[in-house]
Amino acid sequence: MDWTAFALTLKLAFWTCVLILPIAVMLARWLAWRRFTGKSFVEALVMLPLVLPPTVLGFYLLIGFSPESRLGAFVATLLGGPLVFTFAGILVASLIINLPFAVQPIQRAFEAIAPNVREAAFVSGLSPIETMRRVEIPLAWPGIASAFALVFAHTLGEFGVILMIGGSIPGETRVMSIAIYDGVQAFRTADAAVMSAVLLAFSFAAIVMVHMLARRRSDAHAH
Amino acid sequence: MPTKPAPLLVTLRQAGQIPLDVEITCNPGELLALVGPSGSGKTTVLRSIAGLYRPAAGRIVSGDQVWFDAAAGTMVSPQARATGLVFQDYALFPHLTALENVKLAARHLDEPLRSAQAAGLLARVNLDGLEARTPDQLSGGERQRVALARALARDPKVLLLDEPFSAVDRTTRERLKAELSTLHRSLEIPIILVTHDLQEAEALADRIAILHKGRTLQSGPPDDVRLRPVSALVARLMGQTNIFEGVVEQVSKARSSGRIRWRERLIHVATTGRFTEGERVTWLIPADYVVLEETSPSAGKRQVEKLPGKLIDFTGLGEMTLLTIRVGADAADVLRLTIATREARLLKPGSIVTVGLLAEGIHLMPSEN
Repeated sequence: MDWTAFALTLKLAFWTCVLILPIAVMLARWLAWRRFTGKSFVEALVMLPLVLPPTVLGFYLLIGFSPESRLGAFVATLLGGPLVFTFAGILVASLIINLPFAVQPIQRAFEAIAPNVREAAFVSGLSPIETMRRVEIPLAWPGIASAFALVFAHTLGEFGVILMIGGSIPGETRVMSIAIYDGVQAFRTADAAVMSAVLLAFSFAAIVMVHMLARRRSDAHAH
Repeated sequence: MPTKPAPLLVTLRQAGQIPLDVEITCNPGELLALVGPSGSGKTTVLRSIAGLYRPAAGRIVSGDQVWFDAAAGTMVSPQARATGLVFQDYALFPHLTALENVKLAARHLDEPLRSAQAAGLLARVNLDGLEARTPDQLSGGERQRVALARALARDPKVLLLDEPFSAVDRTTRERLKAELSTLHRSLEIPIILVTHDLQEAEALADRIAILHKGRTLQSGPPDDVRLRPVSALVARLMGQTNIFEGVVEQVSKARSSGRIRWRERLIHVATTGRFTEGERVTWLIPADYVVLEETSPSAGKRQVEKLPGKLIDFTGLGEMTLLTIRVGADAADVLRLTIATREARLLKPGSIVTVGLLAEGIHLMPSEN
C-alpha cells in the first residue's frame, strides 16, 4: 500500500472539490436562468470532458502547459514554474475534467427553483447576494452535495489525464490509480489489490451518498 | 421603523407585446381593486410597482420617493422600494418555517424586534401555533396568510395583492376575504388588489380601476363604475348584460330627465347626461334596476317603464335565480334580472310577464356603432 499516493489522492480530491464548487455554482446558476445566444455552445463546452478521451484532454493540456508554448510560458512566469509534472498541473486538469460532474446536478437543482421565489426574496428586501445565501443555495443544496460526492469519487479514479500531464512522480503526481498501474507493471499484485479495494470502497460510498441525496431531493419535491 | 403613509401614483406607458396605458392613484388606507380579464396586464402593473418589471415609459411615485421615472432614468431596485407583494401562488420560501419566512422579510429590524414583528404578524393573520411548520405542511389558506404576513413584515409603503384568493377553495376564500377586510381597516398604507373577480372587487375595494388590454379605462368607487360606466366596454367588463342601442328623443330643460327611443318604444330616463336630442346612444339598465311586476310591483312610486316580455330562461344561483326575459322582436332584445329563488318557483318558463325599467337606473353612454 502506497500511503503517499493515498494521501496525494485525497489531497487532490479535496482541493478539486473545494475549488470547483464555487465555479460550478456560479456557472450552473448562470446556465440555469439566463437565456442568451450561444448558450448551447457554452453547455456543450462544459459537457465536453464527459465524452472526450482523457488522453486527448491530457494531450492538449500538456501542449498548453508546456513551457515551450506561449500559454505555458505565460503560466510558468506567473507561477514561477511550469505546470506540467506538478501537483498544481494535475489539479488544474482535474478541475477541467470534473466540470460536467459538478455543473450538471447543480444546474438541475437551480432550474427547479421557481423564479418567483427569488423575486419574493428581492421584494422582501434581500440583496442578490443575500438571496443566494439565504434562499438559492439552501434550495439547491442537495444538488450541490451530489456534485461534491460525484467530483470526489471521480477524482479518486482519474487516471489518463493525470498520467499524460503529471507522469508518476511520488508525492507530487503519483495518485492511487497510477500507483495501482505501476504496481501491476512491477508485479506487485498484492499492493495493487489492496489499493484497488480501498478505491472501490471509497467510490462505492460516494455513489451511495449521491443516491441518498437524490432520494432526499425527490422526497422533498413530492410534498 | 414605521414611516408616514404616503399615496401611490402610477403612470405606465408602453407599446409592443405587453401594451400599457395605465394611470392609477391609491391613497393611504385605501384599497384599490385592479380589475380586468386575464391577459389585461394586471400582474404586469403590480410587478412594475414592485420593481420586478421595467416598463418603457412612465412614473411611479410613493409620497416623496420616486421609484421609477423613465424620463429621468430612475429605477429603484425592488429591495429599496419597500413594497409588500403577495404572489398569486404565494412564492413562500419552501425550506423555511412560517416564522422564518416572515422573519427573513423583517431584516430591517434587529433582534429581538425582528422575531417579535414576525410572531406578531403571524398572530395577526390568525396563524399562531403554526409558526414552526414549513409551507408543505400548511393548507392553501394558511400559506396565503403566511404570504400576507411576510408581505407586511418589512413595514411596506404599499401592499400589493396578486389574485390572492384564486388558489383556495370557496369556503376558505370567503373567510380570507373577511380577514383581509378587517386587516384593511387597520392598515394605513395604499393597498392594490389585482383580481378578475368582480364580486371580490366590489366586496373589498374602496375604488375599482378597470383594466383592459393594458389600459385603465375607468376608476372610481365600485358603485360608480358599475352604475355609470364611461363606455359599453366598461359596462360589459363590469358584468352588465342589459345593454342596448337607442336614440335620445327628448331632453328636459334642466337635462335632469328625458326620453330615449328604443325599438318602437319611448323610455323614460332620469338623466340624459351630456347627450343631446337626436344623438345615438348605448344605454344600460343594471339588473338590479329591472323589476318583475308579478313578484315585486314597482307600485308607481318611481318613474318606471313597463314592458311585456316572455320568460325564456331560468338560471339558479343558489338563493337567487337569474331570469332571462325577451322583450322585443329581435333575439338580442333580452333583459336579465335576478330575483329570489323562492319567488322564481312561482313562475313558469314561457309565461308572459311584465318588467319594469326604473328610470333612475338607466345610464347613457356613447354609441358603440
